[in-house]
Amino acid sequence: MKFIKDIFEKTHPLVQKGAKYHWLHSVHDGFFTLFFVQKNTSKSGTHIHDYIDLKRTMGMVVLALVPAILFGMYNTGFQHFKAIGELASTGFFEIFLFGLIKVVPVIVVSYVVGLGIEFVFAQIRGHEIQEGFLVSGMLIPLVMPIETPLWMIALATAFAVIIGKEVFGGTGMNIWNPALVARAFLFFAYPAQMSGNSVWVPLNETDKVIDGYSGATPMAEAAAGNINFSVSDAFFGFIPGSIGETSTLAILLGAVILIITGIGSWKIMVSTVAGGAVMGIILNIFAGDNVYMSLPFWQHLIIGGFAFGAVFMATDPVSGTQTEKGKWIYGFLIGLLAILIRVVNPAYPEGMMLAILLMNTFAPLIDHYVVAAHINRRLKRAKISAN
Amino acid sequence: MSEPLFSKKNLKLLSDPLNSSNPITVQVLGICSALAVTAQLKPAIVMSISVIAVVALGNVIISLLRNTIPNRIRIIVQLVVIAALVILVDQILKAYVYDVSKQLSVFVGLIITNCILMGRLEAFALGNRPWQSFLDGIGNGSGYAAILIIVAFFRELLGSGSVLGFRIIPESWYIANGGFYANNGMMILPPMALITIGIIIWVQRSRNRKLIEN
Repeated sequence: MKFIKDIFEKTHPLVQKGAKYHWLHSVHDGFFTLFFVQKNTSKSGTHIHDYIDLKRTMGMVVLALVPAILFGMYNTGFQHFKAIGELASTGFFEIFLFGLIKVVPVIVVSYVVGLGIEFVFAQIRGHEIQEGFLVSGMLIPLVMPIETPLWMIALATAFAVIIGKEVFGGTGMNIWNPALVARAFLFFAYPAQMSGNSVWVPLNETDKVIDGYSGATPMAEAAAGNINFSVSDAFFGFIPGSIGETSTLAILLGAVILIITGIGSWKIMVSTVAGGAVMGIILNIFAGDNVYMSLPFWQHLIIGGFAFGAVFMATDPVSGTQTEKGKWIYGFLIGLLAILIRVVNPAYPEGMMLAILLMNTFAPLIDHYVVAAHINRRLKRAKISAN
Repeated sequence: MSEPLFSKKNLKLLSDPLNSSNPITVQVLGICSALAVTAQLKPAIVMSISVIAVVALGNVIISLLRNTIPNRIRIIVQLVVIAALVILVDQILKAYVYDVSKQLSVFVGLIITNCILMGRLEAFALGNRPWQSFLDGIGNGSGYAAILIIVAFFRELLGSGSVLGFRIIPESWYIANGGFYANNGMMILPPMALITIGIIIWVQRSRNRKLIEN
């Protein structure tokens, strides 16, 4: 660590006010605080500094995403070799390497574009670089189909950072989850590259696929009326889907990390799952001969982006509700709406994204009424005791 | 009439609505039609011309009548004038540019309810002379037109790859033809028009600091 510190101390005078590279000062500070705690303290009044700041929080979320990322890479290769029928003859590392080569460019594009814009805005507005994008930059690749062109990822990232976040004042001010804004943008702007049967499995033009191959996600199949995925495949994640969303197991590992460290709200996760299950049961009851509606309710939780959304997207502390009671309502409605949109509306194969964005919009309203109810109750109590 | 026709004050009537009192980006009027007719450039231009004509002529007529209109029924009188002008415009469009008139459909008729018109008649024409009212109408119509045309230009370019129907982005770039490009379907949808107008407001305010509220 000594030599890293030396580098920063040597470059520090260069970015002082009036020095040659002053325009780089927020970049310098940004990287410095990535490695060290800043030594300047508050000058007036009494302040208590928590050990955990935004950078540590974000670092922990990225850590929780690691199982999903690694599995996403493996599954990318797995789906490819499965489609061309060479799964048995290909080794584990070859499969993983194939996925790695496919996934890493997406992650790099997302970070370079997003952080680039963050740096520019920090410079123009004269504030520190905000670390919020460390997580968004990792979430964006994980919710994209692997075959999405890189320029679309770049465009969506730029849209999410500028229109989804900087317009509202930067990290902590955004109404919607930036990663979902990026996905929603692509979903409506380039539907052909974001849904359908050919975007989930990476194939070269020369590849010959095996007989009976479709490339459709279990959700698309179920919407078309044939449910033929195996529950264990869906749980472990060996199904086509967005890069990071397929493995419920990897996502559960991430959920455990988030809950133990206290960073993700377990209330939101639990209530989202409850909401999804309740809607699943309601649909089961009224299913009739509709195949998708009669899908056992718990199987909804392991296909598509439900688990990923519940653990990593709904729990976003900025765009979610802040009050404890509000979290229960917010999560429950997300789960309810996600399954409802997924099953009942054929135009939108995945309801999780839309459900979370919708409830993001309503989160401040929920908080408002929860707080108002608290105040009313206390006022009543005060009146009774006054009598 | 001691004042010259194009005095500084009169020219301000023309230029202010283009920037610091723009009907769309500053007064936030006429948003509805700005979202509806801007998916392509041609209908947007036709709509712009129609609104300029209606607001300029309406302003002149109301200004001529301003001393004879009883105050209590002035809104009705204004509506009659606007409605008559809009029907004229609608008939002319149907006669000469039928396809565009089809595209604009109900939105030509809805010029009657465009807040810019009533706003200008109420706020300006009722208290000013015809020539000033005419300039004010041209100015406000142009302010509306400028935003419509900017929005429609970007929406058609990015959403359909063409401008005024002429292809700008080569066919060979498209994914279907082995290229890499795809049209941005969201540009065709009204929400993106709203976001585009938002971006224009953002750019305008960062250049014209007077507009920023405290």
